[in-house]
Amino acid sequence: MTNTQSPTSGDPVPSAQRILSLFATMCRIRAFEEAAERAVGEGLITGAAHLSIGQEAVASGVCGNLRTSDLITSTHRGHGHTIAKGANPEAMMRELFGRAGGTSDGKGGSMHIADFSVGMLGANGIVAAGIPIAAGAAQAKRLLGEDAVVACFFGDGAVNRGPFLEGLNWARIFDLPVLFVCEDNRYAARTRSGDMTGGPGPAARAESLGVPAHPIDGNDVMAIDALAGRLVEEMRADGTGPQFIHAKTYRQRGHTVADPGTWRPAAEIAEFLEHDPMILAQRFLADSGIAAGDLEAIERDAKQEMAEAYDNAAAAPWPDNALAASDVQDVGGAA
Amino acid sequence: MSVMTYKDASRLALAEEMRRDPTVWTLGEDVGDGGVFGQYRGLRDEFGPARVVSTPISESTIMGAAVGAAMVGTRPVVELRFADFALCAMDEMVNQAAKARYMFGGQTRVSLVIRQPIGMWRSSAAQHSQSLESWYVHVPGFVVLAPGTPADNRGLLKSAIRCDDPVVFMEHKDSWDVEGDVPDGDDETVPIGKAQIDRTGDDLTIVTWSGALQVARQAADAAAGKGVSVEIIDLRSLWPWDKEAVFASVEKTGRLVIVHEAVKVCGFGAEVAATVSETMGDRLKTPVRRLGAPRIPIPYAPPLEDLCRVRVADVMNTVEEMGV
Repeated sequence: MTNTQSPTSGDPVPSAQRILSLFATMCRIRAFEEAAERAVGEGLITGAAHLSIGQEAVASGVCGNLRTSDLITSTHRGHGHTIAKGANPEAMMRELFGRAGGTSDGKGGSMHIADFSVGMLGANGIVAAGIPIAAGAAQAKRLLGEDAVVACFFGDGAVNRGPFLEGLNWARIFDLPVLFVCEDNRYAARTRSGDMTGGPGPAARAESLGVPAHPIDGNDVMAIDALAGRLVEEMRADGTGPQFIHAKTYRQRGHTVADPGTWRPAAEIAEFLEHDPMILAQRFLADSGIAAGDLEAIERDAKQEMAEAYDNAAAAPWPDNALAASDVQDVGGAA
Repeated sequence: MSVMTYKDASRLALAEEMRRDPTVWTLGEDVGDGGVFGQYRGLRDEFGPARVVSTPISESTIMGAAVGAAMVGTRPVVELRFADFALCAMDEMVNQAAKARYMFGGQTRVSLVIRQPIGMWRSSAAQHSQSLESWYVHVPGFVVLAPGTPADNRGLLKSAIRCDDPVVFMEHKDSWDVEGDVPDGDDETVPIGKAQIDRTGDDLTIVTWSGALQVARQAADAAAGKGVSVEIIDLRSLWPWDKEAVFASVEKTGRLVIVHEAVKVCGFGAEVAATVSETMGDRLKTPVRRLGAPRIPIPYAPPLEDLCRVRVADVMNTVEEMGV
C-alpha cells in the first residue's frame, strides 16, 4: 500500500481491516435494498420504498464512527443508515412488508424505519424534519450530562427547506455536537437539485452559519471514515459544536422503486456505475492485500443474511388488528 | 388557598415542576427574559440558562428540537408565544410530535407541553388573536387543554408536564390578569379530562372553556336575574373531554348551549353538539345551540373586533329562544 493520505480529505487512510468491516456493512445495505427491490416486484412491499443503492459509503463510513449510545436521525431514504447503526435487518424487512415483528409493529413501513434501541431516532417522511430533532436530541443529551454525538442525515433537497437554516443555526448558537451529513445524490425526487439551489450550495450555506463544512467524495468510504472519525472525536472531546459533511454521491436508482430513473442522462448513470462505492472499496481492499475470495465471501454472507430476512418476513403474519389503535396516546386514546 | 393571577399561577406551576423533576426544561423566544407576557419571569434566575432556554425566532426548530429532546428522555415545555405563530411549526407538531410514538411502534414517547396562548386581546388583529383549539383535537396523539381559571392554569399545567403524551396547552391572553383562588400545596394538580362544574343550575346547561368562561358567568348572572337557573360546565380539557359531566348536566336541564370564542364553523362546539345529539337527542327539550365567532379573520378596530366576540346579550337571546 502506497497511499497514506486520502486524496479528497487529506486525512490518514484507515487500515484495511477497518475498511473491510465498513465494506461488510455496505454489502449488507446493498443486499438488503436489492432484496427490498425484489419484494416490491413481488407485491410484498405495498408502500413506497426509497433505495439508497450507490450511497452506502456515507451510511457505513459515518455510522462506523459512532457508539451505540450516539444517535442518528434519517430520511425517507433511511434503510442504509438504520442498518449501519446496528438495527436487525429481519425486523426491518418485516417492517417494510408490514408484518408482525417489524421494528414498528408494521405501523410505520419503510419511511418510518427506526430502532431506538441502537440510537436510530427514526427515518422521516418529511424532508428536513430530522434536522431540528437531531439538534434537540443533542441539547437534551447535554442537559442529561451525557456526551452523545448526533449524526443527522439529510439529502440535497433538504437544504432548500426552512428547518435546514433554523436547525444549523440552532446547533451553532448552542454549540451542539451534531454532525450534519448532507448526502447529496444529485436529485430531489425527480428534479436535479442543483437547478433548484441558489448560490454555491450546501457547504457554503453551512459555512455561512458558522458550521465548518467538509466537501467529500461520498462514494469513497475510506475518506468518509477518516473524516467522520476525526470530526466525531473532536466534537465529543472539545465541545466546539456542529460540523457539516457534504458527501457527494449518486442515487443509482429512481426516486422510489416504482421509478426506474431512466429519465436521467445515460452517460451520467454509466459514470456513477463505474464510480460505485462498492467498487472503490473493493479496489482499495485488493490493493491492500485482501484476497478476492475474502471479499466474495463477505458479499455472499450479506446476500444470504438478507435472503433469510426476506423469507422470514414473507412468512410472518400480519400485525394483530388491536395494534391499529395502540400507542396513540395514554390519555384520551383512540375514539 | 391563595389568590393569584392566571399568569402567576402558570409561572408557579412550571417552577414547581422544574424543582420536582430535573428533566423538565423550557424553551422559546424570550423565555429567559420572562416571556412575552411575563409568564416566565424569574425562572432563568432560579434554573439557569440551560433549562430556561431563550431561542431564535425559529418556530419549526423550537418545536422540532423539543421533539428530539423528548425522544431522549427529557420533558420540554415549549413556548410558542402566540397560537398563531405555532402555525410555523405545524409539521413538527402534527407530523412529528403527535405521531412519533405511533409510527415508530411505541419505541419512543414524546412527552412535552406546547404552550400557545390564544384569543382576542387588545386589538391584536388577524395574526395574533386566533383560537385554533379544535385543529389540535382533530389530530390523533394530542391531549388538548384550555384552562379558564388561575387554579386550572396551575393544576392543568402541572398535569400536562407530568403527562407522557404530547399536550397542546392553550392559555387565553385576556385571562393573564384574572385573579382567583388557587389551592396551596405544591403537589396540587387538576386531572386531565375532568370538567369543572363552575356553577350548578336546573334550567339550562352552558358548556364553555377558556376566556369564554367569563362571558358564560356574566350571562348566568343575568339569567338568574330573570329567574333562569343556568349550570356552567367549564370543560377545560378538550381532548379527552368529560362527556359524562356534560351528559349528566343535560340530563338534568334538557337544554344545552355551547359558548366558545373560536369560529363557530367546525369549532369544538360542533363536536360537543353532535355527541350530545347522537347520544341523548330524545331527552333534549330543544335542539342544541352553539355560539362562536363568525367565520371572518379577526379585525383590528375595536368595534369590529367586538363583532367577533360572543357577548352576554347573544347568550341571553339564545337562552330566550330556547324557551326557558
